[in-house]
Amino acid sequence: MSLQPLLDGGLRPLVQALARRSVSATEVAQAYLDRIAVANPLLNALITVDPAATLREAALADTRLASASTTPGSGSAAAALAGVPIVHKDIFCAEGWRTTCGSRMLDNFIAPYDAGVIERFKAAGATTLARANMDEFAMGSSNEHSWYGPVRNPWDLQRVPGGSSGGSAACVAAGLAPAATGTDTGGSIRQPAAWCGVSGIKPTYGRVSRYGMIAYASSLDQGGAFARSADDLALLLDVMSGHDVRDSTSVAREDAPFSASVGRDVRGLRVGIPREWFGTGLSAGVGAAVKAALAQLQALGCELVDVSLPASSHAIPAYYVIAPAEASSNLSRFDGVRFGHRTADYHDLNELYERSRAEGFGAEVKRRILIGSYVLSHGYYDAYYLQAQKVRRLIANDFALAFESCDLIAGPVTPESAFMLGSNSSDPTSMYLADIYTIPVNLAGLPALSVPAGFDAGLPVGLQLVGPWWQEGRLLQVADAYQRSTDWHLQRPAALKGEGA
Amino acid sequence: MSLSENEVRRVARLSRLAVTAAELPQLQQDLSRILDLAAQLQAIDTTGVTPLAHPSGAGAPLRNDHVTEVDRRQAFQAVAPQTERGLYLVPKVIE
Repeated sequence: MSLQPLLDGGLRPLVQALARRSVSATEVAQAYLDRIAVANPLLNALITVDPAATLREAALADTRLASASTTPGSGSAAAALAGVPIVHKDIFCAEGWRTTCGSRMLDNFIAPYDAGVIERFKAAGATTLARANMDEFAMGSSNEHSWYGPVRNPWDLQRVPGGSSGGSAACVAAGLAPAATGTDTGGSIRQPAAWCGVSGIKPTYGRVSRYGMIAYASSLDQGGAFARSADDLALLLDVMSGHDVRDSTSVAREDAPFSASVGRDVRGLRVGIPREWFGTGLSAGVGAAVKAALAQLQALGCELVDVSLPASSHAIPAYYVIAPAEASSNLSRFDGVRFGHRTADYHDLNELYERSRAEGFGAEVKRRILIGSYVLSHGYYDAYYLQAQKVRRLIANDFALAFESCDLIAGPVTPESAFMLGSNSSDPTSMYLADIYTIPVNLAGLPALSVPAGFDAGLPVGLQLVGPWWQEGRLLQVADAYQRSTDWHLQRPAALKGEGA
Repeated sequence: MSLSENEVRRVARLSRLAVTAAELPQLQQDLSRILDLAAQLQAIDTTGVTPLAHPSGAGAPLRNDHVTEVDRRQAFQAVAPQTERGLYLVPKVIE
């Protein structure tokens, strides 16, 4: 059989073909590696590709698949992704793999242990396909802030893919991987998912372990995933989520499997439409696509309800105080002593710290560390940091009130579609505005996802669904119903036709 | 608001980031722009609002006080810039 349709057909057919052993994990991994070899030089979506390491993992998976097939019933439930190659954002420590976080600081860092998320993928039988490019330390909304160079959008190579998980999104969009991991602190999964035309989910804060996930802003960071459909996201989330005692904010819960949420009717669900998200900031092209998607939800039997999130307009200033404050603290660990880059030029300990950090960090990371130090410093703490935390409360309260009259919220992911490479480089704050509809969700800790919902002048547009705490299942249910009635998620970028497949 | 060169130097020192004189003007401009954005917070009425430090609002979980870590010093020091006999080496700090 030809392997190519299987590579683009979603996770479940791939898992079944591997379990039936009609195709081997090694063949699948090699086929994706072949695509990567052709397309990655154009996209720069991956930082580390190590075919030998991937094929070793695939060979091991094949051995396990062979023994599982000779002992019926053994291990089939435990190995939900047996032999499936996954691209991981280069922020998840994976033992033996270089884990750079997109930074010169960690250019030489071979992780000595596995992140909680990596452990779970391994336990599910998945293999590591490659390590995805990202904005340095996840700070960016365009993937232009990587030590390894910008990632290009598969739909238009002159445009950004979004960020910070831009490499992960671009890989899935270009068919270089069936799925990829990401992290979302202010929109870093949903925004690149929207701009690359793939599905991406940011779970509830505390759903996915942050152990071994290199910290940016700890009260906002949450791991999640990219795939070609909501159905695939459900499968990935079943693998990734769960309590981890090594992450003190990880929450122990007994929820039904997310895979049970898909394939269901959505009749009668109340979808809240925040009126503030459809104001003057929203571009006409994105607005039209999102409104058409809302009409489709209505056609599926959902009831559209007007809701208001007045404080969400303050989310960007609040975020750019809270996230840098937490970042300045988290990134103090990079000191040139225990791991990472050390300057060659120092005379005393202070010079060692200051020069190692000046050489190891890029411009955007430095800006955020400096802002964080400023807002936390004596005399400014109350005016900036404490005030931002109070505004954060107002934003969270708005959502809580809105969810009294609706089951989920729907709206745009971004005000505009993907911008041109370099077009926001003169003023760092102009890029920040791309996250106006995603940041409020992180501040409130809520689950949210983005699914493809059409095009704006040939560029993908995302529909954002936001749920109450722990209601990822409901979001996946609605996203899946939407995808069963539309084909936006099946569109492929023309820019790469004939390149990957 | 506009940050002075001295204020930029001060936060760079607090951040343990070496900043050259040539970098100062650009940093001054960029940081001032970000603080202008952050200053929008001042106009919001937050009288009586309790700060939200953490989305869940839950306190820190407690665990039993026993050793859970295994000794992986060798693996962790394999990625260190400079070690000797199990110790991390830094320039002399006491004469």
